[in-house]
Amino acid sequence: MHTKQRPLSPHLQVYRPQLTSAMSICHRISGVALSVGTLLLTYWLVAAAAGPEAYARAQSVLGGFFGSLILFAFTGALFYHLCNGIRHLMWDAGYGFNIPTVYRSGYAVMIAAAVLTVLVWLLALLFGGS
Amino acid sequence: MRYRTPIKGALGLGSAKDGVHHWWMQRLTAIAMVPLVLWFSFSLISYAGADYEVVRAWIGSPLVAVLLVVLIASVFYHAQLGLQVVIEDYVHLEWLRIASIVLMKFATVLLALAGILAVLRIALGA
Repeated sequence: MHTKQRPLSPHLQVYRPQLTSAMSICHRISGVALSVGTLLLTYWLVAAAAGPEAYARAQSVLGGFFGSLILFAFTGALFYHLCNGIRHLMWDAGYGFNIPTVYRSGYAVMIAAAVLTVLVWLLALLFGGS
Repeated sequence: MRYRTPIKGALGLGSAKDGVHHWWMQRLTAIAMVPLVLWFSFSLISYAGADYEVVRAWIGSPLVAVLLVVLIASVFYHAQLGLQVVIEDYVHLEWLRIASIVLMKFATVLLALAGILAVLRIALGA
C-alpha cells in the first residue's frame, strides 16, 4: 500500500484562482503575520513599563520609516482579519452561504478593511502626536 | 446499533474530545476582540505619539489596564489556537510538528505574560 504517495486534496495547483479561495488563504496568512506582529505590542508595553529611555527607543524604532511601514502593514492585516473574521462568525452562525452573498460579503470585507486602515492612519496623521 | 468495535475503545484512539473546545474558544476570543481591537486601534491614534507620562497614565488607569489585560490574553490565546491549526496542516514531519507546537505554545504564553506584567507594573506603579 503506497497510501503516502497518493496526491491529497484540494489540488490547489489545478484550481483557477477565485475570490473565495484567495480570501480564505489571506485570512490564514494575515493571522500568522499578526501573530508575529503582536511582538511589537508586547515590546511597546514592556518598553513603557521599563522607563522613559526604553520608551523613547521604542518610539523611535516604531515611528521610523521601517517601523511605520511595518505598522501600516500590521494595521491592514489586522482590519482584514477582523472584518473577515466577522464574516466567518456569520458563517458559523449559519448565515450568508449562497454564492452571491459569499461574494458580496467578500467585497464588503475588503472595502471595510481598506476604509478602516486608511481612516486610522489619516486620523493618526491629523490628530496624532499630541 | 453500534458501529464502533471494542478494540477502538480499548486502544483509546480517535477523538481526544477537545476539538469543540478549541473551536469554541477561538470563536469566544474572536468575539471579545472585535470591540477590544477597535477600541485599542482608535485609542492609539491619540496616544501613540503622546508624551511618556501621558501614555503611562493612560495604560495605568484602572479601566484601560483591565481592558488591555483582557486584550493581551485574548490575542495570544487566539493566536495560539490559530497557529496550532496552521502548524498541524502544513508541518508533516511528526517530530517537527510536535516540536513546533510546543515551542509556539511556550512562546505565546511567555509573550502574553510579559505584556500583562508590563501593564500591571504600570497600573500598580511599580
